[in-house]
Order: sequence, then C-alpha cells, then structure tokens
Amino acid sequence: MYGRKVKLRIFFLLLILATLSLSVFLLIKSLEENVIFFKSPTEIKTLSEISKKKIRIGGMVKKDSITVISKEIKFIVTDFKNEINVVYSGVVPNLFSEEKGVVAEGYLKDKNFFLATKILAKHDENYMPPEVKAALEEK
Amino acid sequence: MFKYFEPNKIFSITSKAPKYVLFLFIVILSIGLTEALILSPEDYKQSHSVRIMYVHVPAAWISLGIFSVMTFLSIVGYIFKIRNFFLIAKSLAPSGLVFNIIALVTGSIWGKPTWGTWWAWDARITSMLILALFYIMYLIVWRISENDDKVFKVTSIITILGIINVPIIKYSVDWWNTLHQPASINILSKSSIHISMLFPLLTMTAAFALFSLLIFLMKYNTELIKIKNKGLDRL
Repeated sequence: MYGRKVKLRIFFLLLILATLSLSVFLLIKSLEENVIFFKSPTEIKTLSEISKKKIRIGGMVKKDSITVISKEIKFIVTDFKNEINVVYSGVVPNLFSEEKGVVAEGYLKDKNFFLATKILAKHDENYMPPEVKAALEEK
Repeated sequence: MFKYFEPNKIFSITSKAPKYVLFLFIVILSIGLTEALILSPEDYKQSHSVRIMYVHVPAAWISLGIFSVMTFLSIVGYIFKIRNFFLIAKSLAPSGLVFNIIALVTGSIWGKPTWGTWWAWDARITSMLILALFYIMYLIVWRISENDDKVFKVTSIITILGIINVPIIKYSVDWWNTLHQPASINILSKSSIHISMLFPLLTMTAAFALFSLLIFLMKYNTELIKIKNKGLDRL
C-alpha cells in the first residue's frame, strides 16, 4: 500500500513516541513525591518519619474548627478520614473559610500538629450564581 | 475536487477571507464580552473574579487544541512528505503561543485573589508552562534553520515531545493533588458550572477560535506569498 520509506517513517515516529512516553512516565513516577502539590492528612499519618523540611498539607477546613486567638488562627484540616491541627499567624486569603479546601505550607511538628507559614485557599470546581447556591442550600 | 487544493485557489481564499473572519470575530467577541462582563452573574464564592475565567479557560483550551492540531499536521506531513502541512502548522503556532501565555497570565491574576498566591509549582500550572516552552522551541527552530527539510524533521520531533505533555496537562488535576481545581465541564457526566456561566464561556471560546483562524489565515497567506516569490508554483 505505502512505500517502504513511508512505513519506515511511521515506525520511526512510533518508536520515538513510545520511548519518550515511557521515559516521561518513569520520570514522573519516580518524582511523584514532588509532583503532588500537597499531602492529605491520611498521607501524613502514614509517614514513617517527620522531616524538618517545609511541606504542604491540604484538605478541607473542618466545620466549626476555626478559632482566632489574638494574632493566631487555629483550625483543623480534614480529609474526612484523618485530621491535623494547624496553627498560623498572618493574613489568610479571602476564600479561606470552613468546609472549603485549603493548602497550608509549613512545618510538621508531629503527626497531629502543623505550624503553617503560608495559607492558600483551594477553589473547587463548582461555579454558580449566589441565588442558585442559596436555592441549593434550602433543599 | 482536487482543483481546490491548487496554490492559486488557496491563495485567493487566504487573501480574501481575513476581512470576513475579522468581522465575525469582532461580532462574536462583543457578544462574548457583554455576556462575560455584564450579563453573567457573579460567583457565590469568588464573586466578580469569576469573570477572569471567561478569558482564562478558552485561552487554555485553544492553546491545547492548536498544539494537538500542529502535532497531527507535523506527523502526517513528515510521514507522507507533505510540505504544505508543515506550513499550516507553522502558521498556527503563534496564536497558540499567545493564548498559552494569556492562560498563564490570567491564571496568575486569578490566583492572587482566590488562592492567595500569584504562582504555585503545582502540576497543572507547571505542565502548562512546559507547553509554552514547547511552543517557543517550535517557533525558534523555524527561525534558526534555513534548510526546510531539517526544520520539518526537528519540528516533528518537537511536537511529538510536546504532545506527551498534553494529556498530562488535562489529567494532572485528577492524577495528583494540585492547587488547581479539577475540570468543571464534563462531556460524559454533569458539569459543575451553572448554565448562565457556561454560555459566555462557550461564546468566548468561539471568539478566540475565530481570532486564531484570523491570525492563521494571515500567517499562511504570507507563507504562500513567500513561495510565489521564490518562483515555485507548487507547494
């Protein structure tokens, strides 16, 4: 059907694609620790040792868990299986609120206590006007 | 049928079409911007910063789409030695890069009020930055080398390398924990974006697609003029 050269070129490109995909896959696989942006409380619980390095944890801010004492803000990050207490002093983003996603950057003191140096609010994939949200909540 | 692919026919289309495309682009863009900036509601959570999304998401879609088309053209062009396909891919690249940069910049502007940071090295954002680097690499190769056959080979390889990144961009938010939220629009399951916000989003996507088409036609027209000036009648 096609000439020998054409077949060779198809084969050549397929080979390149396969080799590169495989290398990228292996590369990302081995770097998984660094590819993920934050660890969930469950992943923190399974850590074998607590590193002194800066890490990020993320999850939902537990309902009714935010307490503000003078300049310090305390809250609980949960993934609905495990929880971590977080302490932070500084400005939080506008979207930071209870039952919303959060990513905290800082140092793990032990498996239940995290000292945050930076707070990022995580936005979810839901977009809707306020009226719709209100109507949903009434239900 | 075949006569439509004659260079002169193509040239007469590419030299006349831009003004109509430009007109259509302006009309659709006006509708899109009116919807996005005035008519559409604010978001319950992020209020007015949701409007950045109407530029950010279409720009990201278009840049991914253009790269995929460029890859397809380069691969088929390389296998069957179709010179024309490379020129089409070359003419598509600049608008792809522009929209890629727009997606990164608007994402950054949105990130500051929403996340609380301009930039994060999360998987989605980083892979999108890598795509921009591939676009730049692709465009530079065309400028570096005078030898067309060499350029065709190198650009094919670059697009193949880059295309591996495209599914990574798409699924990064599902595979790993990222700061970037997962997709709101799903073809197979229910979308988590309200219909009043979906409409301006799609209109803006159409407007950006038309803009890409406009730039493409102008770029491609230039390529055809270059060929004519070389005294070559065939592509």
